[in-house]
Amino acid sequence: MEEYSQKVKDHYTNPRNTGVIENPSGEGTVGNPVCGDIMTIYIDVDDDETLKEVRFSTFGCGAAIATSSMITEMATGMNVDEAYKITRNDVAEELDGLPPIKLHCSNLAADALQAAIEDYRQKKEKKE
Amino acid sequence: MSEKLIYMDNSATSPVDQRVLDEMLPYFNQNYGNASTLYRLGVEAKKAVDKARQQVADLINADVDEITFTSGGSESDNMVIKGVALKEIQKATKDNPRNHIITSSIEHPAVLESCKFLEKFGFEVTYLPVDEDGLISLDELESSIKDSTILISIMHSNNEIGTIQPTKEIGEIARKHNIIFHSDAVQSAGKIPVDVKEQNIDVLSLSAHKINGPKGVGAIYIKKGIRFEVLIHGGGQEKGLRSGTENVAGIVGLGKAAEIAKDELEEHMKHNQEIRDKLIEKVTAEIKDSYVNGSLDKRLPNNVHFRFSGIEGESLILRLDAKGINGATGSACSTHDLKGSHVLAAIGIKPALSHGSLRLSIGPENNVEDVDYIVESLKEVVAYLRELSPLWDNKLDEYIGDQFEKEVEEEDLDRY
Repeated sequence: MEEYSQKVKDHYTNPRNTGVIENPSGEGTVGNPVCGDIMTIYIDVDDDETLKEVRFSTFGCGAAIATSSMITEMATGMNVDEAYKITRNDVAEELDGLPPIKLHCSNLAADALQAAIEDYRQKKEKKE
Repeated sequence: MSEKLIYMDNSATSPVDQRVLDEMLPYFNQNYGNASTLYRLGVEAKKAVDKARQQVADLINADVDEITFTSGGSESDNMVIKGVALKEIQKATKDNPRNHIITSSIEHPAVLESCKFLEKFGFEVTYLPVDEDGLISLDELESSIKDSTILISIMHSNNEIGTIQPTKEIGEIARKHNIIFHSDAVQSAGKIPVDVKEQNIDVLSLSAHKINGPKGVGAIYIKKGIRFEVLIHGGGQEKGLRSGTENVAGIVGLGKAAEIAKDELEEHMKHNQEIRDKLIEKVTAEIKDSYVNGSLDKRLPNNVHFRFSGIEGESLILRLDAKGINGATGSACSTHDLKGSHVLAAIGIKPALSHGSLRLSIGPENNVEDVDYIVESLKEVVAYLRELSPLWDNKLDEYIGDQFEKEVEEEDLDRY
């Protein structure tokens, strides 16, 4: 097997910000357990649209766990609109790359964060 | 990273036994002669190859001239499947195309891919289904036979779940219908009794590196009278069946490994089974929602294959590695093509659950004393990954993955 980068190893060995946020401002789930990975990202958003807390739960390979963990670190403290722009590539780059075979299949964290932010926006619209 | 190393992936490959290595070493730089030459170095090499041929023949109760050396199990499988196909198609008539092969859906890729390859050239292949234990049905086998059937290729035992097929009965059916019966015995030879005469096998594949021999060498048993086309042409080594200068050191290693495997078979079987049964007993008792894939009784003594709901295999393997435990998984991520295990699918395990599988394959170097450490490590790792998993309800402590399953869409397939 192609070896993971040190950063990927670090993140799947000691994933950051794991677990559920009760009553989150938004949550997003992407993936399919049938294909071997699924992840949920939970966000807690401040009044000034800052991501105060970002957490995840993931079923998947080392790369799936590492990308989830990494995006929670990247997004925490960011403005919602800015965080929405984080791409799959940004996450992979921040992890010093992923093996080519994993770039497409296990790199879902950006999609999950976007889904969480969309969920937050919808909830906000309903309230307003 | 842990200092400890418990290697339990002996069905992937195994460490070379010191006695095997000692036997091989002189053939690299002392007795390095080409076995086809006439001077003393060559004659010594030829003698060593002949001795190894006898050792391999003894392991499976074959005659010495029925053994041909190859580069391993994959080559042996390719050789017989394509070789028989090419031979038999020449006998095709208007009424009988001589183009039908019967195999099972859980064969090693070396067999399955060889069959798929032949389908491109007009061969017809029946892939027999298996039951939840991984066994083919003898009735179904027999009813699949046609006038055009030229080959039955059913593995001796399965590389993932360790199921042992009823080889003797399969061979009886093949003989009754005058069809060649090949069995891939890469996981069986040296692990359980393999007797080509008693078990009615016409052609058999085996490999050195699964039985504490070197990688890159194997053998094929071809019963006297069985003929097929040669695939590797050249200088006519191995009686013209497989050209190429003999891999003398490797062949010597295979021979020694076969001899040791035969002499110590009963002892190894007992040792392996003790560890296997203790693992099965403790893991299924101590870890919630853990299951054994495959048959409990028709199973290789050195194979255990677990399934844990709600977790994914690659992350399980990585965390076990950090604890110094090496095993294998049937998860998509472990395979080159990112599809889940075809074997687990064939025994009816849903993909979402097959991803959470773990194969531990035991070898002579493992110790029963390590079982407790393995079970404790597994408990910890499975619990951690479940805590992380959206498919596991941590409050109720149960699997909730079914609700997340979706049809696999085009978009998903693009990803893979």
